[in-house]
Parts: sequence; structure tokens; C-alpha cells
Amino acid sequence: MRVGDFKESYAADEAVFRTSTARFWLGVFLVALAVFPFVAGDYLLYMANLTGVAIVAAVGLNILTGAAGQISLGHAAFVGIGAYTSAILVTRLGLPFLLCLPLSGLAAAFFGVIVGAPSMRMKGLYLCIATLAAQVIFEFIFVHWVPVTGGIRGINVPAATVFGLQLDTEFKFYFVTIPIVILVVTAARNLFRTRVGRAFIAIRDRDISAELMGINLFQYKLYAFATSSFFAGVAGCLNVFLLKVVTPEHFPLHESVRYLAMIIVGGLGSVLGSIFGAIFMTMVPEALQSLLNLFQGLDPAVMEYLFPLQTVIFGLLIVVFLVFEPQGLAEIWRRVKDYFRLWPFEH
Amino acid sequence: MDILGQLLVSGIAVGGVYALIALGFVIIYKATSIINFATGEFMMIGAYLLYTFMVMTGLPAIPAFLLVMAGAALLGMLVERAILRHMLGQPTISIVMVTIGLSSILMGLAELIWSTGFKNFPPLFPRAPIIVGDIIIRSNLFWGFVIAMAAVIVFALIFKYAKVGVAMRATADDQMAAFSMGINVRNIFTLAWSLGAIAAALGGVIIGNIGGIQPTLGHIGLTIFPVVILGGLDSIGGAVIGGFIVGIVENVAGGYLDPIVGGGVKAIAPFVVLVLILLFRPYGLFGKEDIERL
Repeated sequence: MRVGDFKESYAADEAVFRTSTARFWLGVFLVALAVFPFVAGDYLLYMANLTGVAIVAAVGLNILTGAAGQISLGHAAFVGIGAYTSAILVTRLGLPFLLCLPLSGLAAAFFGVIVGAPSMRMKGLYLCIATLAAQVIFEFIFVHWVPVTGGIRGINVPAATVFGLQLDTEFKFYFVTIPIVILVVTAARNLFRTRVGRAFIAIRDRDISAELMGINLFQYKLYAFATSSFFAGVAGCLNVFLLKVVTPEHFPLHESVRYLAMIIVGGLGSVLGSIFGAIFMTMVPEALQSLLNLFQGLDPAVMEYLFPLQTVIFGLLIVVFLVFEPQGLAEIWRRVKDYFRLWPFEH
Repeated sequence: MDILGQLLVSGIAVGGVYALIALGFVIIYKATSIINFATGEFMMIGAYLLYTFMVMTGLPAIPAFLLVMAGAALLGMLVERAILRHMLGQPTISIVMVTIGLSSILMGLAELIWSTGFKNFPPLFPRAPIIVGDIIIRSNLFWGFVIAMAAVIVFALIFKYAKVGVAMRATADDQMAAFSMGINVRNIFTLAWSLGAIAAALGGVIIGNIGGIQPTLGHIGLTIFPVVILGGLDSIGGAVIGGFIVGIVENVAGGYLDPIVGGGVKAIAPFVVLVLILLFRPYGLFGKEDIERL
């Protein structure tokens, strides 16, 4: 058991990782991340890349919904805007991948501000439905503005090139995804230690009180929409170069709901929660599929139940977490950590 | 002019069905402040129940219809007791997400039980279309409209005159006052969910009768959001008017714009109108403005 948690300076008290134990395990984890691609196969690497993209998007949504308290049913549309922006930039103008990345974030942030503008007058459920409208309208544009978006067939994208190196395998792409994820997570974690991040939380807790404390509600809500959709746009760009194609089918309303489910299951307003949630919600369908594969020997028709079962389990996860563990996986993680920290003297 | 008349009439007919579904939605919202994202799935379950009773057990239409209403009421009650009662007083995001989760569960279950194939009711109404002047209305749509309007009127009368209706309005107005007047507010919540589920199931039956049944029938439930937001979430009259507006807008816009942009206008036109109206009236056309105090 670790005894004594003394701080001798404010800096030590405000550090993100307050104890040397936490820093040690973080180091171990980073080393594990770096070693992982050399031992894992292509499938696992593909899953890791997919999860990385989901983490970037979920962290973005958690800033808007978890921290600033503005429910968005249109997050997938922003991921889509980022994806289409980078696909168009790279196929028409031949811009390099590393330039596409921030540009697609900026494009998504631009539309995020437009969609967020009604938040000046609306809030709560009405705003939630307004973002639903944005999702439906953007989806329509993706499908029907054929000259630009390629319609249902979408746009095919060549493999990304970084400093002359083609990222044509999962293995190589992994070394782009993971640094970006680390960058995004660090940025988000530090955002909550700044004035802007604290203002978001104040707005979520009680908007009128926040206004009385001198926070310009409209301005900060727009900041929240902009940051959140910036991250979404970056996730979209990664997604395009990971899958090498972009079609409207990647960004339906269901996808927006999936991002919301990630942050609910992971933990609202917690960066760690977004990570847990993204990993969890990406892995569960795969786990279910492997489980059904085991039963396939008994009855070949069992795979027919895969998609309905996935739908049911997806819904059940959301409901069960909301009813029994509203703080999500992050809270479970904290309890487990506390248990070991205090063991064997729990009380 | 011919086309416009035709589009207007089918818009009004569909709008009547939307009005009914929206009414169920508003009943739930008024009583419990919960916005039900599973409305579309309630519709789908209602349609499948009627299919089960009529085709699988061979009941005649009217008893099957009554059984569907009973089944929907039971479903609404179950959902309220099992899930939503735990969510009282939780933040909006949790309540929104719990009904979204519920919709996912219901949709998956429907696929497991009835499989994803396309199904049709046996013919319920005479096939001959109704002809007024030079406007032709499909008989399914016409009778659907009649049933929906009858249901809307019955619901309105219950609200206005029946004792439970008065109790529900009282609860919506002020929960504490209703409690102290001896109204069992919890039962009112359950009742509101049952009534909302019945309205949605009726709407689902009508829509299923027009376009056939499959698990994705619930996606029409999305159109209900423009309807209820247009009218204001807590206004029953607004729900009915919103239903007609959305029905007309989607048919007229679809009829004129679909050939130009190549389809799909029907689905987004209501949302475009929704955004425009919300920009000028953030609480919908007839919604009650929230006055917040610290």
C-alpha cells in the first residue's frame, strides 16, 4: 500500500499524473503500444487503427456533450465532412496527408460552428433535434451532391504518403494513428485545465450561473462545437486513409448514436472514459462475432442472428450502463484502482 | 394545378397519421418530460403485432386490432416500469440515450422474432381508390387517415373530459400540486406511456398497411421529430397541426424537387423546415417557453 500523498508545490498538485506510480505505468503502457505492432497480426493492427480513429472522434464528442453538456446527434456528419474534405483535397489537389489532416479538421470545425450557431437561442432537447436535422441534411448532401462527393459510390483514395513513405499497410498506418491519438488525448486532457475547458464544465452544470460568472455562453458554446468537430474532422481524415474509400454509408445517424454510446459507456466528461468507451464499443461486435463462430459448428444458420444480436446488445449496453453505472467504465476503473491502492486496508 | 391538388391531398392524409403518432409522443413528453426516441420502434412493433394476430393466428381484423392496442399498452407499461422509472431526475443526455438504446433493443428483437423479410397485411379495406373530382386517393391511405383522425379525436376527448385525462393534464401542469390533490402521479406516468405506445402502434399499423412491414419501418419515426418540434414539444394542438404541415411539406417538396435532385427530398424537407422555424421560434410554433430561475 502506498502511504502519504504529499504535495510540496501547486504544480505537483495540478499535475495530470500526480504520482510516480501513475507515471511508471503510463511509461509501461507507452512501451507496450510501441511493441504491439511487431507482435500483432494484420487483423489486430486493423482493429487497433479502427479503435484509434474511434478514440479521436469520441474524445471530440465528449468535449461537446460530456463536458459542455450540448447533446449532438450529428457527430458522424462532422466525421463525414472531415473525411470528404480530405478525400477531395487529396484526389483533386494532390495535397499531402499531413496537410489534409488539419485542413479536414478545420473544415469540420467551420461547419460545426454553423450547426452550433442555433445554440444561441436553443438548448436541451430542441438543440438536440437541431443537430439531428444537421445529421439528416449532411447525409443527404453526401448522397446527392454527386459531382463533389461521388454520390453513393463515394471517392477512392490512394494510400497516404508521409515524407515519401507510403502508408499502404496496417502496420505502417499504425505509426500514424497512435501518435495522433496520443496528441489528441493530451490536448483534450489539458483543455480541461484551461479557462476554456473549465468554462465548458460550468456551462454544463448550470448555464445561467455560468453566464453570471462572466462566461459568454454563446461564444463558449461555439468553441465547444468547433473543438469537438475539429477532432471529428481529424478522425474522418484518418478514417478515409485507413479504409482508402469514403462513401455516405460510413456516416449514418446510427454512427452518431454509436459515438454517443461510446462516451456514455466510457464515462461522460472524462477523457479516459472516451478511450475506454471507444475501445469497448469497437471490440464488443468483434467479440460477439467470434463467440457466434464457436457455435457455427452446431448450427450453420447461427450467423444469421449476428446482426440482430449486435443491435440488441448495443441497445442493452446503453440501457444497462445508464441505469446501473451512469459514470461508465471510467468509474469502474477508478474503483478497481482504489481497491488495489488501499489493499489490504480498505477502510 | 392537378398535381398540386393531388400532392396536397396525399400530404394531408399522411399528415393525419403523423398527427396521431406525434400525439402519442407529446402525451409522454407532457406527463414525464421524456422525449421518446423509440417511437418509431413502437410503431414497428404495433404493425408486427397486427401481422402476427391476423396472419399467424388467423383472427379477424377487429379483435386483432383490439389485441394490438392491448399489446402496445402492455409494452408501454413495461418500458416505463422497467427502465424509465430509474431515469427520473437524470440529465437530458441520459434520458435521450436510454430511449435510443431501447429503440435499438426493440429493433434487434423484431429482427430476431420476425426476421428481416418484407411482410404485408391481408387486405383490410376495399381496394377501389377514393375519387373526389379529379383527385385520386389510395384506399389504404384514405381509411388510414379516417382511423387516425378518429383516434386523435378520441384521445382529445379523453384529455378534455375523462377523469384520467384531467389528472394527466394536472400532472403535466404541476407535479407537486397534482400529488397533493391525491393524484397518483406514478400511475399517471405509466398511463401516459401506455397511451403513447397505443397511439404509436396505431400509427404503425396504418403506415404498415400502406407501405408493408419490415424492421426498418421504425425509421419513419424520425419524421416525428420535425412534427413535434414544429408544434412545440408540449402542445397537443401543435402536434396535430405540425403533423399536417410536415405531411404537406414533404409531399409537395418531394413531388416538385425529387425529379430535379434525384430523390430523397421527402426525407429531408421536414428537417429543413424544422431548422428554419427553430431559428425564429426556438420553442416551436406553440411550445411553452421555459422560464428559468436560479
